[in-house]
Amino acid sequence: MLNARGLACRRGRRTLFRGLDMQLRPGSITWLRGTNGSGKTSLMRILAGLSAASEGELKWRDGAGRQLIYIGHSNALKDDLTLGEALAFLARLQGLDDADSLARQALGRLGLASRREQAVRTLSQGQRRRGALARLALDDETPRTWILDEPYDALDRDSMTMLSRLIEAHAARGGTVLLTSHQAVDLAGASEFDLEPWRAA
Amino acid sequence: MTGLLWAVTKRDLLLARRRRVEALLPLGFFVVAAGLFPIAIGPEPNTLKLIGPGVAWVCALLAAMLSVTQMFASDHQDGSLEQMLLAAERLEWLVLGKVLAHWLSSGVPLVLASPLIGVLFDMQAQAIATLALSLMLGTPVLSLLGAVGAALTLGLRSGASLVFLLVLPLTVPTLIFGTGAVAAVDAGLSPQAHLSLQGALLLLTLLGAPLAAAAALRISLD
Amino acid sequence: MTLRFNTFAAPSRFYGLAGGLLPWFWASALLFGLAGLYVGFAMAPTDFQQGEAYRIIFIHVPAAWMSMLIYMVMAFWAAWGWMLNARMASMYARALAPTGALFTFIALWTGALWGKPTWGTWWVWDARLTSEFILLLMYLGYIALTEAIDDPRRAANAGALLALVGAVNIPIIYFSVRWWNTLHQGSTISMTAAPKMVSTMLTAMLLMTLSFWAYSFAVVFTRARAIVLEQEGETEWVRALTHSREQA
Repeated sequence: MLNARGLACRRGRRTLFRGLDMQLRPGSITWLRGTNGSGKTSLMRILAGLSAASEGELKWRDGAGRQLIYIGHSNALKDDLTLGEALAFLARLQGLDDADSLARQALGRLGLASRREQAVRTLSQGQRRRGALARLALDDETPRTWILDEPYDALDRDSMTMLSRLIEAHAARGGTVLLTSHQAVDLAGASEFDLEPWRAA
Repeated sequence: MTGLLWAVTKRDLLLARRRRVEALLPLGFFVVAAGLFPIAIGPEPNTLKLIGPGVAWVCALLAAMLSVTQMFASDHQDGSLEQMLLAAERLEWLVLGKVLAHWLSSGVPLVLASPLIGVLFDMQAQAIATLALSLMLGTPVLSLLGAVGAALTLGLRSGASLVFLLVLPLTVPTLIFGTGAVAAVDAGLSPQAHLSLQGALLLLTLLGAPLAAAAALRISLD
Repeated sequence: MTLRFNTFAAPSRFYGLAGGLLPWFWASALLFGLAGLYVGFAMAPTDFQQGEAYRIIFIHVPAAWMSMLIYMVMAFWAAWGWMLNARMASMYARALAPTGALFTFIALWTGALWGKPTWGTWWVWDARLTSEFILLLMYLGYIALTEAIDDPRRAANAGALLALVGAVNIPIIYFSVRWWNTLHQGSTISMTAAPKMVSTMLTAMLLMTLSFWAYSFAVVFTRARAIVLEQEGETEWVRALTHSREQA
């Protein structure tokens, strides 16, 4: 799916990591590990295409680079929109038609159906996080790559289980998942990728 | 492709509607600032008639610059902007959608309020009409150029004042042609040449600014 | 010593080479400047219409030329640095900006000095001076933007985009300002109404231009070296340099 070679990341005068090689295969779940400030978020942003690496190259298999879902620390839900409107817009950005009904279904799957007409401003942190993650439950034919930065943050036990099931189902369908988590990850078939070996002194 | 453009425009207009007071602040600034000039310079009608078009245009320019940072600021803060960068469609179309929404919510009110300014400055009916028309051609250019400035200064502390310095020199041509059109009408000549030049500027800016703004967004979010 | 094109590409090599060339540039600037001033102020004839005051153009015109040239060069290097991810090019562009702004300011100031004895006013809104004024604003905008951004890469790239947008707009702005000037024919005063150029006058202007050009290289190289030290502070060669300085 993805072949990254020799990636380096420079933030101002500091080099975070150098010479990083990474491969992501379809159907794989990779848990990105590293200490705080080691460059996990920077690496994910480079892989997602938001940042340019200072060195190295990224090769995606046939245009899969345009078909990914990146969920970072922020939820990308606008305060003044209703949860349904916000999710529908994100679905549209993904290129999905019939965004409104797809959003409705996805919210249902995450137990947020009752909150659909509520302004995002009025929801709790956990509900907003779940709303952001509802993008992963949108009915989508493409086996996309999911790049998730601390997705388990602010979730309660039940929601964490729900997310894990979602991730496992996605991988089973042939999708690819890369995630970070400072809590222990309980996912079937997950492999670890440690950032330490590539960190610059 | 254009489907997403309308979706972005509709979303932004919806958001502006839910924050109606904030959306109308530039209009308030426009009227108040323009109204200060007769107080400061004196109510002599001939003087006012002379400076009217210029004052209206400059105040419209400043009002546009005040509101332009809002185009991307909120989306930048809650992470929506990043998602737009990752969208299936080209970023340029999304930028165009946002600029359109900005123009509809803050530029068009200025155009509609300009006759009021015209009356305050004792301008002739034809001059007022030309002023409104020149603003209609000019305010989109201000929104487009402002988008580039806002994209470059994304997230900076001094962003708002920096946008002024960056964008104002670029707006000089449309300012000159816009005020020139009204001056021509006042002198009994046809404003056609000026308005055509403004139109040409609008087309050029329409082609170039979304590209520049999209590139600037990618730079700012790197 | 053969200079390959990318000799200057590595900041460390630029630092050394530029340092070596500096004395030559300073010397050239001084020599050309003295020659130009001598030809302009002592040798060129008195103008029939404008008397002695016209001699200020020997500084005004070369300064205006340099202000425009430097902007284009700055935009070029900034774009190079952005497109090819070349750090040295971006540093070079940032080093050029203050000097370009300085020449723009000198052009404006000497324009005022010319106006006062010749036409009685300190400032004239003619096409050239107005365009120079806008150019100064564009320089200040570039400097303000690159200074306001902390991350060096974002600062360099944002500056590059701004400089390019500015460069593209300069012809449009200049055209519109000239249009504006012909409309408002309040005064027929124009900076382009310079005295007819005798060959000594042209020589003087050429010498002054060369002097300004050499001066620009000297100052820009000095500034670029300082920027290199600042931005490459964590690298080995800079540490070795400062270390050996401390020990000396």
